[in-house]
Amino acid sequence: MSTDLPPGIQRRRFDGRERLATRGEPVYGEPQDEEGWRAWDAGRSKLGAMLELELNLGFAGDDGVLYLGAASGTTVSHVADFAGPTYAVEFAPRPTRDLLAVADARPNLFPLLKDARAPETYAHVVEAGLEYVVQDVATRGQATVALRNRRFLAPDGRLVAAIKARSEDVLEDPDDVFSDVLDDLREGYAITDTRRLDRFHDDHLAVVAEPRADDGRS
Amino acid sequence: MSGQNPGDSGWFRYGDPNDAESAATAITERTAEQPQNWPAEAVRAGFVEDEDEYYDALHDATVRATREAVQERETATEQQLQYTIAAMDDAERTANEIAERVVEWAGSLADSRSEGEGRAPDIPGGVDGARAVAAWTPETPAEERVVSLAERAVDLDAERAELRSFVESQAPAVAPNLAEMAGPVLAARLLSLAGGLESLAKKPAGTVQVLGAEDALFAHLRGRGSSPKHGVIFTHEHVRGTHPDNRGSAARALAGKLAIAARIDHYAGEFRQSVHDDLADRMATIRDREVGE
Repeated sequence: MSTDLPPGIQRRRFDGRERLATRGEPVYGEPQDEEGWRAWDAGRSKLGAMLELELNLGFAGDDGVLYLGAASGTTVSHVADFAGPTYAVEFAPRPTRDLLAVADARPNLFPLLKDARAPETYAHVVEAGLEYVVQDVATRGQATVALRNRRFLAPDGRLVAAIKARSEDVLEDPDDVFSDVLDDLREGYAITDTRRLDRFHDDHLAVVAEPRADDGRS
Repeated sequence: MSGQNPGDSGWFRYGDPNDAESAATAITERTAEQPQNWPAEAVRAGFVEDEDEYYDALHDATVRATREAVQERETATEQQLQYTIAAMDDAERTANEIAERVVEWAGSLADSRSEGEGRAPDIPGGVDGARAVAAWTPETPAEERVVSLAERAVDLDAERAELRSFVESQAPAVAPNLAEMAGPVLAARLLSLAGGLESLAKKPAGTVQVLGAEDALFAHLRGRGSSPKHGVIFTHEHVRGTHPDNRGSAARALAGKLAIAARIDHYAGEFRQSVHDDLADRMATIRDREVGE
């Protein structure tokens, strides 16, 4: 019925409803069952929505992840539950305060108060050859952010991005915004899948892409 | 340790592995162009025994560094933000003025040069022109002066970019809702024009709408000219990107929500998604009206 979920993510019953879940310390008041699984709210998490819509992201369970736009750590807490070393970059101090609390309970989560548009400010910390760059930044120039952070990906790694149309241009038709962003992304990535997230998040496009080998620049 | 090895740029390259303060400083302050396999490098350098130990050290260092950085950034005051936005405007205006001078001056020199020297006579305008001239290899005393002046303009433009990125990082800490809604730079401008968050929070929406258009407003009040539809908020996509016929509505809708955002920031101090969603809905309605015509 559903695609295989990666190790560390399961569908569990909460209040009589099947929901995505990972195992770890609760973070945002989400329900938890007696075995320590906590529900992953797809309405509050674009990555959760992608899994709920059965996009094949191919998580292997112990991947190294660079998460751009970690905000207060709602989604990144779930990622750190099933992934390996997880680097969480967030630019705004206020949500980062909450992110710190999430990281306290997770030894594989490394919070960084840095600007995702300036990877040279954290390339001395974040390791090379990561399996995933997960991007959810609400800033103009989302394609540029993805291109600049390609340097952290292994050649067979993947970019998983939630592109927010309103961050690029509030008034332009989201379809036009998305096609522009995808064109820009192709400078450094081969797009393998896209999906609108509208059921959970308005005017967001999920993009899965692989770094292109024919351009060594980032 | 030679400075040649790219592995030397790793955050863990500081004296004592038990010195938590130095570790945090290295996380915050260092840079590197390219990432390396840091866990392996750290083991090779003898910083840690194995990768598990490395990740433990990394966790402690990033949490400490980030906690300190958050603390520091959150003490950012509105006053600092207002100084920064003013300095950013100064830097921009001055860079443009100098660049204009450079382009004019260099144009007179470019005429007398042979074209094969990689100095095309058509120099672009503004700071781009200054950047082009700064790349010249000067061959005469006059060219030396113009190239040097061009470098000042380029440096000043870089300073403007730094100031802007400082505003972008500080504004969300001072006024999270206002910065989200207006964008950090416009948020800082509104604070600056109003004289701080408290005084912005106490202004009616109609005043917020025309902040920065005082000249036009007073001209209108004296009976000359029509009432201004917008002040600095004109720079916002919601206003600038809306058809002129509907710009008044867009400016009024935006100003109304900005006034509310400022009040939430001042009185509650926490991010509230609903006000942003309300504005997005309202803008969609105004935009639909445009399409219908």
